[in-house]
Amino acid sequence: MNRLLSRFAASALVAGSLLATVAAKAEDTIKIGILHSLSGTMAISETTLKDTMLFLIDEQNKKGGVLGKKLEAVVVDPASNWPLFAEKARELITKNKVVATFGCWTSVSRKSVLPVFEELNSVLFYPVQYEGEESSKNIFYTGAAPNQQAIPAVDYLMENEKVQRWVLAGTDYVYPRTTNKILEAYLKAKGVKPEDIMINYTPFGHSDWQTIVADVKKFGSAGKKTAVVSTINGDANVPFYKELGNQGIKATDIPVVAFSVGEEELAGIDTKPLVGHLAAWNYFQSVDVPENKAFIGKWQAYTKNAKRTTNDPMEAHVIGFNMWVKAVEKAGTTDATPVIDAMVGVSVPNLTGGLSTMMPNHHITKPVLIGEIKADGQFNTVWQTPGTVVANEWSPYLEGSKDLIADWRAPLSCGNFNVKTGKCGGKG
Amino acid sequence: MSRRFMILMSVLIGWVVLAAAPLRADDASLVLKRLATDNYGDIEAGVAALAASGLSVSEAVLNALADSRLSYRPSDKALFIKDPSGRWIDAATNTAPAEAPSGLKSVKLNNRVRRALEAALGSMTLMSSDPQKRIAAAEAVFKSRDANTLAALDAVIGKEADPVVRRHFEEARAAVLLLKTDAPEADRVKAVERLGERGDQDSLALLGSVTEANATVNIVSAAKLAAKGIERWLALLSTAQNAWYGLSLGSVLLLAAIGLAITFGVMGIINMAHGEMVMLGAYTTFVVQEVIRTKAPGLFDWSLPIAIPLAFGVSALVGLLIERLVIRYLYGRPLETLLATWGVSLVLQQAVRSVFGANNREVGAPSYMAGVWDLGGFQITFGRLWIIVFSLVVFFALLGVMKGTSLGLRMRAVIQNRRMAAAMGIRTPVVDALTFALGSGVAGIAGVALSQIDNVSPNLGQSYIIDSFLVVVFGGVGNLWGTLLGALSLGLANKFLEPLAGAVLGKIILLAVIVLFIQRRPRGLFALKGRAVDS
Repeated sequence: MNRLLSRFAASALVAGSLLATVAAKAEDTIKIGILHSLSGTMAISETTLKDTMLFLIDEQNKKGGVLGKKLEAVVVDPASNWPLFAEKARELITKNKVVATFGCWTSVSRKSVLPVFEELNSVLFYPVQYEGEESSKNIFYTGAAPNQQAIPAVDYLMENEKVQRWVLAGTDYVYPRTTNKILEAYLKAKGVKPEDIMINYTPFGHSDWQTIVADVKKFGSAGKKTAVVSTINGDANVPFYKELGNQGIKATDIPVVAFSVGEEELAGIDTKPLVGHLAAWNYFQSVDVPENKAFIGKWQAYTKNAKRTTNDPMEAHVIGFNMWVKAVEKAGTTDATPVIDAMVGVSVPNLTGGLSTMMPNHHITKPVLIGEIKADGQFNTVWQTPGTVVANEWSPYLEGSKDLIADWRAPLSCGNFNVKTGKCGGKG
Repeated sequence: MSRRFMILMSVLIGWVVLAAAPLRADDASLVLKRLATDNYGDIEAGVAALAASGLSVSEAVLNALADSRLSYRPSDKALFIKDPSGRWIDAATNTAPAEAPSGLKSVKLNNRVRRALEAALGSMTLMSSDPQKRIAAAEAVFKSRDANTLAALDAVIGKEADPVVRRHFEEARAAVLLLKTDAPEADRVKAVERLGERGDQDSLALLGSVTEANATVNIVSAAKLAAKGIERWLALLSTAQNAWYGLSLGSVLLLAAIGLAITFGVMGIINMAHGEMVMLGAYTTFVVQEVIRTKAPGLFDWSLPIAIPLAFGVSALVGLLIERLVIRYLYGRPLETLLATWGVSLVLQQAVRSVFGANNREVGAPSYMAGVWDLGGFQITFGRLWIIVFSLVVFFALLGVMKGTSLGLRMRAVIQNRRMAAAMGIRTPVVDALTFALGSGVAGIAGVALSQIDNVSPNLGQSYIIDSFLVVVFGGVGNLWGTLLGALSLGLANKFLEPLAGAVLGKIILLAVIVLFIQRRPRGLFALKGRAVDS
């Protein structure tokens, strides 16, 4: 009996290793999924990220790939259609057998693919600043949480511009609503009176800003320094800024700080009337450090376009990709579970001259930069955090989330641990 | 020496430092060196110090800083100004150095520095020979309310001949006096009255800051009275302003919908690719501007007039192709037309995305489209004014074509009774194709105008298609006048609802109202009567 069992085990082992070599021969490459919209409304932002990933994979292959194997990109187009994101994600993981996916832009697309990645236990890198209030075992958030972008920007305006009156203007969907809720709570905690906060939401693609800009102007002439905190998304920004210029609102009167306007968005407008308006990001193309210059040089050579811009979500992909490479090399495999465990604690250089580290909450540490728009469409960094900032994935300013923490290391291994009730699973 | 002193005199009137003898050259470079740093706080302080120093070079240096033409050499903190020809000039001596300086770093600006600059330059340019600059200077003083400028203002007010500039000076003086606690009460009450006459948001804000803590009872009550007057005036003004915004939105809707009024309203084709015709017009404008930028920059102001016929041509041609290749097989089958044209719209979007890229393209505004016309607080932006004029011109031109040309006559004949028209010898398929091309071409023209206010991206058309259908259905299918009235009333209703209900809710309310309206009057504002209705 014993002999039989060992014999069986041996043959199973042989068969297993045989199978493994067959599998290895079939998979000479490691497949990476790219899940960014190449058509539809979000193509404007996401196409560049697809190019960035192809560029990074190309660079890595020049260095010899990962674990001795070349990387191969699998590009799919979810066409700005949220349910399609989930279908395409499933297709990438089950049919194309990708080991990691880089993708999504909007929060709703991320929420749509989240159950797929958790069910099939695969890895997603999400590169865009978002509203927080989430932490999944299978998702690595390389964009900024609100405290890595919005709150430092408000602090900057309060301290440096002595702003006392606030307009929170946003597009009507989950990111601006949550961010503004956090900001409102934060401002009130700082002693700003409710009548000094004006909140305004507009539909997607809003193009007639005359009344709203006039309202902002009116709100801003109450004798207190006023600023606009803008979470206006995508295409609506261009007519908004055009209208600001039309009505003669200069940055020295009412500065606008935006969280969704980067180099890419400014490329479509005449920026001269916008000089001095602000944006808060974790990266600017104009950051003057050798790492960034080298990156921009290679990127422009790769795209054969000497004017091609770089932006913050691109840097997030650069960091995320380099972290993944490091984690795979540390784990010695591309399997999801060991890679997820190896990710936490990995540090890679970011493009602003520092190091970014993957924290146990699956968010990374980032410096926060405040930039003013220059006449050439680039940003002039006017303020920067001294070091990097750790993400608060659960905002301490919101009821219901302030007691939660995420820590994906064993033994806690939980995305929403309630420190008050001592239980994993949210509000308790 | 004496000439330099004279220059200084003129710049310095009213400045406390006036009494001091002109600074020696080494002192001058000492003040200038304060700007040679990358700390914004230091630069801001340096600007104020330089403005107060009364140096003859200070205006040139501050202007250079405002235009980002100022640099410094980190090794010895010497400042250099880049002149328009690209030469570097030593700021302290106002001469070009023998050899071009190297290793320069530009002096950076942020909003605080910009504000300090505005205030400093404002008080320095009160004596400028250009009346526009004097007005700008007065406005800068109005904003900064720097008590040190009072003497300078008093000096220039008496000498000012231009009544408009003089009024601005007096308003600036009033703004300074209003919150100056050691000024005589009578002067401050007069200042309140002056601001009351000015009657804008800024004056209201200033008057609001007058309280018992910084003024006597008389001043406070005068300020309250003046503030009330301003508020009444502003309420009136904001109604007028809203009406203007409504007209402007209405004209945009009219432009977007007018082509559809022909293809849908007159021909009855549900053309979901209508928005893409508008987008093609906008991209034509972009291409025209690109060509002009590279080939003949002097013609830039003509880019829009040049783009209009081209945009019409491009969109009309594409429209003609769509009609010949797709729609003509689907006449009388509205559902299939809807789906087919929707497919065409996706194809066109992706085609443009492949050719031009997914990013927004920059379409510049010619000089006559930029700027604001301020009529005592009522602001008219030139861009919007031109669009209103343009939309009306397009509307009446189209009306003229429909009523006054033989093509228009044949179009109307085909619409009213297709078989009878055919029997009279009109080749109805040709008329159909031309009518569709005309509607598409007009949409292309709309794209030229919309490129000025919206982003030129592949998605441009999508944001207008729903509104366009709304306008045509609301105005009454088949009636151009209905489209005009529908567009204007929707624009006005939207703009009056927006401040009350917010942009999102406003849109929903409007949509609900239109749905109810269509329930009561299914044929819209102006129902078409006659045979066409029954067929």
